[in-house]
Amino acid sequence: MSSVDFTWLIGGPQGSGVESGANIFSKVCAEMGYQIFGKREFYSNIKGEHSYFTVRVSDQKIRSNVNDVTLMASFDAETIFRHFEEVLPSGGIIYDSELEDVDTEGVRSLDSTFKERLHKYLESKNKPFTIGGVLELVKEKGVNLYPVSFKKILENLAQETDNPKLRSLIRMYNVIGVSLSLGLIKMPSDSLFHSIDTIFSKKPQIAEINKQAAKYSYNYASKFENFDHTLTGTIKQPHTILVQGHYGTSIGKMVSGCRFQSYYPITPASDESDYLESHQILQVQNNRPGSTAVIQTEDEISAMGMMIGASLTGTRSSTSTSGPGFALMTEAIGWAGINEVPIVITLYQRSGPSTGLPTRHGQDDLLFAIHAGAGDFPKIVYASGDIEESFYDTGRCFNYADVFQIPVIHMMDKFLSSSVVTCKRFDPNKITIDRGKLLDKVEGEYKRFAFTDDGISPRSRLGLDNGIFWNTGDESDEYGHISEDPVERIKMMDKRMSRLDLALKRIPDEEQVISFGVHKHTIISWGSTKGPILDAISMLKKEGIDIGFIQIKLIHPFPTDLVKSLLQDTEIIIDIEANHSGQLGQVFKQNVLRDINYSILKYSGRGMTSTEIYDSLKKIVENKADKREVLSHGA
Amino acid sequence: MALKLADYKTDVHNDWCPGCGDFGIVNALQMALAEMGIERDKATIFSGIGCSGKTSHFINTYGIHTLHGRVLTFAQGGKLANPEMTVVAVGGDGDGLGIGAGHFVAAGRRNVDMTYIIFDNGVYGLTKGQASPTLKLGEQTKSLPSPNTNFDVNPIGLAVASGFTFVARGYSYDVRHLKDLIIKAVKHKGLAFLDVLQPCPTYNDINTRDWYAGVDLAQESMERHSRIYKLEDTKFDPFVHYDDAVEVNEKLSQALIKSLEWGTKIPIGIFYQNELISSYDVRLKDQIPNYLENPPAKQKISENGLPITDVSKILDSLEV
Repeated sequence: MSSVDFTWLIGGPQGSGVESGANIFSKVCAEMGYQIFGKREFYSNIKGEHSYFTVRVSDQKIRSNVNDVTLMASFDAETIFRHFEEVLPSGGIIYDSELEDVDTEGVRSLDSTFKERLHKYLESKNKPFTIGGVLELVKEKGVNLYPVSFKKILENLAQETDNPKLRSLIRMYNVIGVSLSLGLIKMPSDSLFHSIDTIFSKKPQIAEINKQAAKYSYNYASKFENFDHTLTGTIKQPHTILVQGHYGTSIGKMVSGCRFQSYYPITPASDESDYLESHQILQVQNNRPGSTAVIQTEDEISAMGMMIGASLTGTRSSTSTSGPGFALMTEAIGWAGINEVPIVITLYQRSGPSTGLPTRHGQDDLLFAIHAGAGDFPKIVYASGDIEESFYDTGRCFNYADVFQIPVIHMMDKFLSSSVVTCKRFDPNKITIDRGKLLDKVEGEYKRFAFTDDGISPRSRLGLDNGIFWNTGDESDEYGHISEDPVERIKMMDKRMSRLDLALKRIPDEEQVISFGVHKHTIISWGSTKGPILDAISMLKKEGIDIGFIQIKLIHPFPTDLVKSLLQDTEIIIDIEANHSGQLGQVFKQNVLRDINYSILKYSGRGMTSTEIYDSLKKIVENKADKREVLSHGA
Repeated sequence: MALKLADYKTDVHNDWCPGCGDFGIVNALQMALAEMGIERDKATIFSGIGCSGKTSHFINTYGIHTLHGRVLTFAQGGKLANPEMTVVAVGGDGDGLGIGAGHFVAAGRRNVDMTYIIFDNGVYGLTKGQASPTLKLGEQTKSLPSPNTNFDVNPIGLAVASGFTFVARGYSYDVRHLKDLIIKAVKHKGLAFLDVLQPCPTYNDINTRDWYAGVDLAQESMERHSRIYKLEDTKFDPFVHYDDAVEVNEKLSQALIKSLEWGTKIPIGIFYQNELISSYDVRLKDQIPNYLENPPAKQKISENGLPITDVSKILDSLEV
């Protein structure tokens, strides 16, 4: 079985079309049957700072990026300065030949700390601080160089098509870069034109110009010397979709019946609200069209208040936010907790603290989510491992919220949100809708917080006939009126808190924890590390090394007994997560009363690659690892 | 069966101080609901935190006692999800104009069709009388260790500037007048704001019932003279009659100027009303044509436990 494993990197200044270039490339590869794992990295900036996209392409299932780049397409100097080291010896770099004399001082957006490191390195290799110097270095390593004058391509194209405007259209550098790459790797050109048509379907004129540039550049690449790596297509898996990070939760919310989403703009969470609003009108089987009211609020406090207000009417309601916004929501989470209001908060984490690295990845908010809000009240913290999972998990989160009448925090992160992947088409029929004890009608006297055998009271909704109730952030009696009676207080606290045990009892084991096998060495982890972990494990398996992995999805309440029993035969426990303090590890120790033997952590703001997890795991197996392995790959 | 005033009262023990101005407001609100014949289960009273926050427990409709400063956010969410409901939000001046001032301004811009009543007494009663946003600079109420160091916020002026489309002031000891104002506010299409002067007998020893009644002025001039007067008894015309910048600007500015009147003469009544500005539901309807017939709270989302939202077109477009 021949196996393709190819990584393409495109970089350039923010706003120069890096993302659309990557979208075209990904779409072409996906349409040619390949599996895609793409990831975007960018600065907190609108225009000018360095942004890049790596797209890994394979004919096998892939779930992560690797360290090595097979082919780099660059049209600016900064991309080369930042990424030249990543290119494989047998790989290639397509670059703008006009840039060869540019030195590091000529790239204003290179930060001084990075420049210092680069200068030191180049000095040690006796190379000048220029693109030419850097390229010489990689050439010595064996990397193939493909110099192209982007300016001349546009000039020739302008002449050939008799369209002088093209001469200055540097906006097309991205399409030129993509097309040169696809030409070089011998990808059939039809799929390129088709992708351009789809991506610019609403702007046929722009599509036409881009196709001209694409055709020219694609053919131009035939002049290049042969490149060892080709991608000519493979067998397409049926029902494959190409999705971006927020599609899982967005489409999941539509299917789950979320009809109210309030939010305040924040990176990277607002993509989801944006998507929901652009698909606001919903088709409903055998019914009139439905809709999602997407409300942009004045702050996250208001987003929470509105969502709770909407949920009280019986509407499935949610918000989507990131760390700093979530910090503002904590007051009202407590209110939802004491009033037993079902809400879903989709928490797209990023690197903190405070503003931190606002466009970079981190799993920093697990302990914060678990402990968010003043006072003791139950909530569920549930984490998705990849985009496909996040679709189905969204459905689960709404069910948990409704059934247990508590706030649910759905943990997502920037790694997931800025990924572009192929996966199996989402199947809405695998989502169920369980509204728990939500009432359609009320007869007789109604008490919103009535004591019941299972600790959950029938739930009326604002506007329901005869269903009048009261809510208060104060402790209350069964009607919802303020009560400071100490005896009632104990009963109410016990009633609310009993949901934690109830959730552990009622949520099926397979929704709580997923075991990918348990061995002498077993990894525990949560969230988006799942993909790189699984890929690293299969790399090791090829070498005859078995590593176990349990992915913990339900983190609060913690499934102590289940995790304990799964790990009973494991000798060495390895905690892998993208934060500084090993937050899941702490929760694990506190509940399971067992030590973590090794931690593999990353908090550089960049996602983990399977390569670096593989390296650390191998060191652990060989007894050469530190107790705390800190990863750092990525520009 | 027609509902009576008593039907809108709960039997929850009311623990406000004797003589509190809040009683007048809750009575006026119950009277207004009864007079309009609003079904008890079709109305929700949202309240903030503090003495005024308890209001929702005394009224026999849906009652949501929320968080300090956040009442408007909960209320708007409820109303937007279930637009058939009558929604009245209530809270103190510290709640709405201090901690909640950002929400106050944002709510004005949205103009959701509901009513917001501020119990305006110049002090934080439940925390023992600290200065609240409407207390004047330099005033020292009973429990303040030193005079107030902040300038006062002008609730009417802020409401007008923020885009509220109905802006009025009531007085809690003129219950009938207040009840009429509440009815007008609830019937107004858009966000109605009602600033209610409400003496706090325990902590505000400056703006007392006697002070509003002008007892001190009477002592000086030997004749009785209430500070409060009604705008509708004057030639003041608060209504925007036609959609024209000159007309709107004139009505906005006269409302602002009128709101600055204080001291020996304090106007109550409607300062500004503009029904020509679209309420938020109309704006939502532009995006979602059947929003009012099929609002979030009424939508069917499942059948036999399975989702009925059809996303196949979206998924088709993602297939490669």
